[in-house]
Amino acid sequence: MTHLNELTIAAARDALRAGETTAVDLTMACLTAIDAGDGLNAFVHKTPELALDMARAADTRIKAGDAPAMCGIPLGIKDLFCTKGVLSQAASNILKGFKPEYESTVTTQLFNAGAVMLGKLNMDEFAMGSSNETSCYGNAINPWRRGNDDTALTPGGSSGGSAAAVAADMCLAATGTDTGGSIRQPAAFTGIVGIKPTYGRVSRWGVVAFASSLDQAGPMTKSVRDAAIMLGAMCGHDPKDSTSADLAVPDFEAALTGDIRGKKIGIPREYRMDGMPAEIEKLWADGTAMLRDAGAEIVDITLPHTKYALPAYYVIAPAEASSNLARYDGVRYGHRATLKAGDGITEMYEKTRAEGFGHEVQRRIMIGTYVLSAGFYDAYYNRARRVRALIKRDFDEVFAGGVDAILTPATPSAAFGLGDMANADPIQMYLNDVFTVTVNLAGLPGISVPVGVDAQGLPLGLQLIGKPWDEAGLLNHAYVLEQAAGFVAKPGKWW
Amino acid sequence: MSIDIDTARKVAKLARIRVEEADLPALAGELSGILGFMEQLNEVDVEGVEPMTSVTPMRLKRRADVVTDGNIQEQILKNAPDAREGFFAVPKVVE
Repeated sequence: MTHLNELTIAAARDALRAGETTAVDLTMACLTAIDAGDGLNAFVHKTPELALDMARAADTRIKAGDAPAMCGIPLGIKDLFCTKGVLSQAASNILKGFKPEYESTVTTQLFNAGAVMLGKLNMDEFAMGSSNETSCYGNAINPWRRGNDDTALTPGGSSGGSAAAVAADMCLAATGTDTGGSIRQPAAFTGIVGIKPTYGRVSRWGVVAFASSLDQAGPMTKSVRDAAIMLGAMCGHDPKDSTSADLAVPDFEAALTGDIRGKKIGIPREYRMDGMPAEIEKLWADGTAMLRDAGAEIVDITLPHTKYALPAYYVIAPAEASSNLARYDGVRYGHRATLKAGDGITEMYEKTRAEGFGHEVQRRIMIGTYVLSAGFYDAYYNRARRVRALIKRDFDEVFAGGVDAILTPATPSAAFGLGDMANADPIQMYLNDVFTVTVNLAGLPGISVPVGVDAQGLPLGLQLIGKPWDEAGLLNHAYVLEQAAGFVAKPGKWW
Repeated sequence: MSIDIDTARKVAKLARIRVEEADLPALAGELSGILGFMEQLNEVDVEGVEPMTSVTPMRLKRRADVVTDGNIQEQILKNAPDAREGFFAVPKVVE
């Protein structure tokens, strides 16, 4: 028997509308699963009372026949989203105790649609990381293990808590954010679906900023259909975000026709990396065959500047971060260092930021400060922005040539062990984003779909990249891939 | 481009992050490694390419220049580590 917390959004919605269950029962089932899942360290602030209030309100709406698709659906919310009156710390000690007086646009829209918040989810500090190991709350843990080996694995990052919570059925779905792969990589590591929409599709207002020209929020779900439903509720124009697109939001679920006959799928040759594990290579070939069998035309394409995406990203993202994170100064919110007699305002800034920011965040702020400093701005920052323009041009040319979507691996490996990268060069960790970061630089929509498992039983995902604003088409391609792959594996419950 | 200890100290100062003198050599090494990785960008011919300012070809929307909120002093100060008499309090800046 399926427990209520294991349902998809689509199944729960249908059951709620049919009167077969209630939002309160769904919420209770999730709250029980959350308490039983403390060992995964996915939920870092639980809000059970708020959740039950919201669930009761949703049940009233459903009874009245006023039930949008997300009404009564229990969600986890990444700690990066500001939620009114509920701790929102971006997994950083510098925001210790921060309870926003306002609600982010994304959570406002979800809650207006009747969704229920179960609590806040673990993540890498300020979304800077690929393994959830930079969090002030400690590591989130992947519910998946290598066979019977009890080594703790990373759920990926930065949306690691979101991925672990969805994969472990503690919630029906979760919000994530993606600056260089932070939705798609953890989704791939945990066998779930994650979509980063086109830049500008989802409002960034009230989401703690990391790199404003790259950040986008999106849903992390158990199925492509759920991603379509939840994305629809998150999207839309927001006057409070000047980069939010004033475009109509299509019915994404209605776009899931399962018909991609005659569509052109590009396979980029530059994504075939040296030393790529044979399992990833095979997964990619299998996925390609699935789309071909569904009637799509497979074409080889070239994205010549791919190799320069990571170095360009690691100039641009820290540059923007150093500017965005300047606001954490110990004055308006969060942590302030204890000062010695005679300490002035500069000591307050310097001590506060040294105590409040973790090591990786400090490193990125300093890299960003350096590349923006006088004498280096042109050599690093402007050059990286020019390379970014070339990376986008590569994609523009491919789409202008008639390609509808691009298929690539989502990650260079399956989930790795927590602590495995502790002594590695920071660059080694950055390489996790090698297949995803181009999509942020070009502002495109990208989705990770679970397609298979490796020899040790760990999930592996493929990424589909779509045309700007074509989330509907992208989701349909992903739906076809999902149906063909028939990925149904779940982690064995050990926690 | 390699970062020496003086440059690391200067960057930390600009970033307003206190770094102990003993930690500067390690920091300089880390920053140098990352900058070395970025040097790859010098291989790219960017002649005639404008630096990207906006990833989507959209004009930023303008809004009416009007007051949309206000009178929320209490909310604004609510999360301050030190707020007194309606102000953010900080160490003395001027004598």
